[in-house]
Amino acid sequence: MSASLSREDVLRVAELAHLDLTADEVELFTRQLAGILEYVEQIRELNTSGVAPTTQGMNRPVERDDVPLAPLERSQALANAPDAAPESGLFKVPRVMG
Amino acid sequence: MSEVTDLTVAGLAARIAAGEVRAWDAAHACLDRIRLHDARLHAFHTVATEQALERAGALDAARERGDVTGLLHGVPIALKDNLCTRGIETTASSRILEGFVPPYNATVVDCLEAAGAVIIGKTNLDEFAMGSSTENSAYGPSRNPWAHDRTPGGSSGGSAVAVAARMSPGALGSDTGGSIRQPAALTGVVGLKPTYGRVSRYGLLAFASSLDQIGPFGRTAEDVALLLEIIAGADARDATSAPEPVPPYRAALTGNVKGLRIGIPHDVLHEGVDGAVLAAFNASIDVLRGRGAQIVDVTLPHTKYGIPIYYLIATAEASSNLARYDGVRYGYRARAENAGREGDGRSEDRPLQVMYERTRDEGFGTEVKRRIMLGTYVLSHGYYDAYYLKAQQVRTLLRQDYDEAFRAAEVIAMPTTPTPAFKLGEKTDDPLQMYLADIFTVSANLVGVPAISVPCGFSPDRLPLGMQLTGPMFDEATLLRAADAFQRDTDHHLQSPPL
Repeated sequence: MSASLSREDVLRVAELAHLDLTADEVELFTRQLAGILEYVEQIRELNTSGVAPTTQGMNRPVERDDVPLAPLERSQALANAPDAAPESGLFKVPRVMG
Repeated sequence: MSEVTDLTVAGLAARIAAGEVRAWDAAHACLDRIRLHDARLHAFHTVATEQALERAGALDAARERGDVTGLLHGVPIALKDNLCTRGIETTASSRILEGFVPPYNATVVDCLEAAGAVIIGKTNLDEFAMGSSTENSAYGPSRNPWAHDRTPGGSSGGSAVAVAARMSPGALGSDTGGSIRQPAALTGVVGLKPTYGRVSRYGLLAFASSLDQIGPFGRTAEDVALLLEIIAGADARDATSAPEPVPPYRAALTGNVKGLRIGIPHDVLHEGVDGAVLAAFNASIDVLRGRGAQIVDVTLPHTKYGIPIYYLIATAEASSNLARYDGVRYGYRARAENAGREGDGRSEDRPLQVMYERTRDEGFGTEVKRRIMLGTYVLSHGYYDAYYLKAQQVRTLLRQDYDEAFRAAEVIAMPTTPTPAFKLGEKTDDPLQMYLADIFTVSANLVGVPAISVPCGFSPDRLPLGMQLTGPMFDEATLLRAADAFQRDTDHHLQSPPL
């Protein structure tokens, strides 16, 4: 795999990441991410066939009884919202469908 | 008597418990010092003046009734601003969380308050803990109290500065790739990253969940031991918190390191390490040898891959964790008139989608966006195996290096950072150079093991330097014992920055 990264790659990733980048950011990240990817490519020189991946910080089963706890009060959950209808207990967002 | 702000956490706790110092006076002394120096140093994002004085007054009244809350009764503690505090704004130094007032406390905050601590304020950090200098804070950088034109390191730079400049005797930070140890080293204080799972992460605004760990700052190993004792332990609200019992860490501070096998990984100390850093490190090893420690050679051949795999794994996890900031439930939302600013017509078709994308572009800073982009890319179709999976495999190889080294030694020692504190602006244009500041610290997070940084000397221009001690899983006690023994024979931690 080559570390080259096109402007189109950056635009595609920005869409996946829900980021509406400015034109300057697209230019900056195209250059910088290519540089970072070129640097991390050095891991390819290692032979890792048959090596199990470390996927988490600890390897132990995590189980607990399924006991419901008191949830956050609805008013508290809404208190930090940029837009809400507290009387209906709802977050408000822009129109979802056309 | 020395100034109240010169007392350690343990020293101040003892004075307050004995009735020699009032909690209110201690809080007031810290607040005075913050007022005097913080306009310049910018350790704090929020100073909790009223809450702290009110709480300290209540604790004094309780003590007069003979009611001592716990080991930290009346002791001021500063908290990194990515730890949720009920009723106190918590921003992670990001615009996207400006004005966010959590409805709950992080578990560590509950632990500190149950022990009687007074929360003195919330400290500055690199946005979402992504950085090594605090220059990525949306609210401006912190400055190193030893040289105001230099960074204090990061990302927990504000917590390190608060302790180094005697604005708070102790503080908590978080460490994902060195974010406690690196600023501790660069400001001349002690900082500990506990074993993964040792401290509950509930209420820590997540960056990289398999690497993040909360830990303490203090001026002495004893203070760090005391704070760890209070915040460590299993927590039903964090499924990754560990059930291992919490030992009385302070009881381990015997001063005795006779026969303790300390391994030096000479293979990682070659390139790019400042001469003054190496000289201070070698002199520090001689101090431990003088106390009877046995110095042995170890090798950590995969260390050089630490930074590459860290930036693959941490960014991948961050891209997922930071997906929650979408302008709906908390924090910043892009204003409606910004929608469709490029006149592309999309705002008419998809107003919600446009709100998400504009909110995130305007709310996140450049480094956070850079990492979200990298993380999203390495997880995306066609690249996952080559980058993310491969990095996880190399993470296993790195873990095996440490397993092997810990067969030969109980502690691994190396410098905490390759250089002393760098200048503000020196590395901001080159993300890779900034990432390399963490070359000695990222491995402990990737492997999960505990590591401590202890002040070990000064550069010729009087910038503090740190020695890092790393131990096997859940063996913080041995690290603290070695760090404490070292401090008994050295006075680096007793030096004050020239303010």
